[in-house]
Amino acid sequence: MTQPLVYLDHAATTPMLPAAVEAMTRQLTGVGNASSLHASGRGARRVVEESRETIAGVIGARPGDVVFTSGGTESDNLALKGIFWARRAEDPRRTRILSTAIEHHAVLDPLHWLAESDGAEVELLPVSTQGVLDVGSLRDAVSRDPGSVALISVMWANNEVGSLQPVDEVVAIAAEHGIPVHTDAVQALGQVPVDFAASGVDALTFTGHKVGGPYGVGALVVRRDLSVSALVHGGGQERDIRSGTLDVPAIASLAAAVEESVKHQHEHAARVAALRDDLVRRVIEVVPDAHLHGAPAGPQRLPGNAHLGFPGCEGDSLLMLLDARGIECSTGSACSAGVPQPSHVLLAMGCDADQARHSLRFSLGHTTTPADIDALVEAIGPVVERARAAKAR
Amino acid sequence: MKVVAAMSGGVDSAVAAARAVEAGHEVTGVHLALSRNPASYRSGARGCCTIEDSNDARRAADVIGIPFYVWDLSDRFHEDVVEDFMDEYAAGRTPNPCLRCNEKIKFAAVLDRALALGFDAVATGHYAQLRTGSDGLIEMHRATDHAKDQSYVLGVLDQDQLRHSLFPLGDTDKPAVRREAEARGLLVADKPDSHDICFVADGDNAGWLREKLGDRAPNHGGDIVDATTGETVGSHSGTYGFTIGQRRGLRLGVPAADGKPRFVLDIEPVSGTVTVGPRERLAVDHVAGVRPRWCGTVPARVEGTVQLRAHGAEHRAVVVVSGDRVEIDLLDPAEGIAPGQAAVIYDGTRVVGSATIESTRRVGSPA
Repeated sequence: MTQPLVYLDHAATTPMLPAAVEAMTRQLTGVGNASSLHASGRGARRVVEESRETIAGVIGARPGDVVFTSGGTESDNLALKGIFWARRAEDPRRTRILSTAIEHHAVLDPLHWLAESDGAEVELLPVSTQGVLDVGSLRDAVSRDPGSVALISVMWANNEVGSLQPVDEVVAIAAEHGIPVHTDAVQALGQVPVDFAASGVDALTFTGHKVGGPYGVGALVVRRDLSVSALVHGGGQERDIRSGTLDVPAIASLAAAVEESVKHQHEHAARVAALRDDLVRRVIEVVPDAHLHGAPAGPQRLPGNAHLGFPGCEGDSLLMLLDARGIECSTGSACSAGVPQPSHVLLAMGCDADQARHSLRFSLGHTTTPADIDALVEAIGPVVERARAAKAR
Repeated sequence: MKVVAAMSGGVDSAVAAARAVEAGHEVTGVHLALSRNPASYRSGARGCCTIEDSNDARRAADVIGIPFYVWDLSDRFHEDVVEDFMDEYAAGRTPNPCLRCNEKIKFAAVLDRALALGFDAVATGHYAQLRTGSDGLIEMHRATDHAKDQSYVLGVLDQDQLRHSLFPLGDTDKPAVRREAEARGLLVADKPDSHDICFVADGDNAGWLREKLGDRAPNHGGDIVDATTGETVGSHSGTYGFTIGQRRGLRLGVPAADGKPRFVLDIEPVSGTVTVGPRERLAVDHVAGVRPRWCGTVPARVEGTVQLRAHGAEHRAVVVVSGDRVEIDLLDPAEGIAPGQAAVIYDGTRVVGSATIESTRRVGSPA
């Protein structure tokens, strides 16, 4: 391919930060199981604990709150199943889990599994046309029978349309009844201010590869005094709720990425939001009936997210035509079997199946440049025209 | 040219895609998702439609070095192929869904979409050959490997579709294609051939129809009547389980008077009557066809051959075309010819066109 790559899919995964690469490579040549008692083991353990302290420091948690996992999906599973089981064990009446209709599949699928296989009563609460949880419906669902709610899980920011969720209000409602709250902050960390203690949530998921760290590592930040049942049993390495030999290079790299991305979050967000606003404005200039899905650009939206509808097009066609021009984005839809399904997020926001299929998600990140936006704006007109012709057939 | 290679996940379409690349085309691999609820893994002799097949196609595209996408045509496939298949059985006919899929999906919906998206042609792993005739028209001929020849299921393609088609395997036999796949490092080289209808998961056609047809007519039981005596010789639970020329599974309660084996001669879905008789009554010397499709110029009369079912024999025939009807006189009588199947008309190895068999005339019956 001759043209430079225009990567506008940072919400899927973002390139590793140089500091994270450096931290990882420094550890790769070392030896030492963090559970071993000799000097090499102690050295490895020291790297893990320093990483834990670094992460805790920048996200407003205590080191003991940070449980390393293999990433976002494992953290979500651990939070949902682990907290549900522990809470129900304490009181068998606690069988309900309240969440939203727009969660990531890493939350929805464990919830469906708990409902089908383990007797959980899962309620997925509705969202507004902008993709924001209807807090009133949460309040109603809680007050119907607060004693039966085992857990509330509400994402910090939606991965498809970028809308931030009213986590503060969720916490306030839950706190009245002592119900623990989990939040999937995979998309939020490094993009918007995230402070674990200040937020009042009891458990928070994040992952390395969305913040400029490596794949395959993440954490569940979970209050030490909240009991969580283990999913993966073994050596009990992480607080006895998560077992497995710790991946020292990945953890060191994760800490470097979290530190770097949180430290620079403010200026990163300002820079990326300006580029995003430019993208949205100029794409709509070229394609006048294109429109932004989700919350308007501003404090209620992830700075790097531009989720646009292109009436009369198939998102798949748009994606393929842009890909052929070296411009990479996402249809934002879940892809089981490679068969694209209309996005459950857009459907929950009131879009019909056709509207849900005509959308693209552009997500900007730390390597995005004004030239990337220029390239997209130049390509989008002919691409939309061609995709419309294909749909019209 | 910019070419979409339809990749099922099987060996043929993978080699076809690789050959299209080698011929200098700019190729994009596309797997067609045809099932609304794809199963995870292959079962039986199906060659497509599972997630595993989609992954096989993706890996082949990786090895060939071409971009790869999945196109969701499950709704179109359901409407145009699956529902048609059920309707045809409900009407007592025996459809060929592969022809229908080629006509309506692969060389229509997919080709249209490809052309609109800026491609010039669709390449598939079908065994057939395309040549430019002296009149400048594209001719379709049988593959050199007659055992694998698939020109029958492509007999529905018109000139416009043929102009935008590539069949890179038409000059090669199957073992050579497998060897080539292996030499190219394609992991599907030894994947078994597919035989069954792709959307009938376990190859159990009758079971599938029984479930899908619900309480539609062919699901009603009825009598099996012997044509020679007019006697009821058995009963059945639904006409969908029968096809003209079928001998097995009739489970007749009354032995035939003449002691000869019985074959299905006729199916009447509304009354549910299945007529059986001795083999000689199966012979057909005239076929009437409807919905003709022509590969090139519409002929008035063809003295050539016809093929009346997939992998069936060639019969010498005189074909007379009048408007939307095709009358075929068979010089070599044929057996087991079922309405709903396609009659594909050949001039030597060249496909002239096709028609859907509407009715047949038995040898010895009045013209």
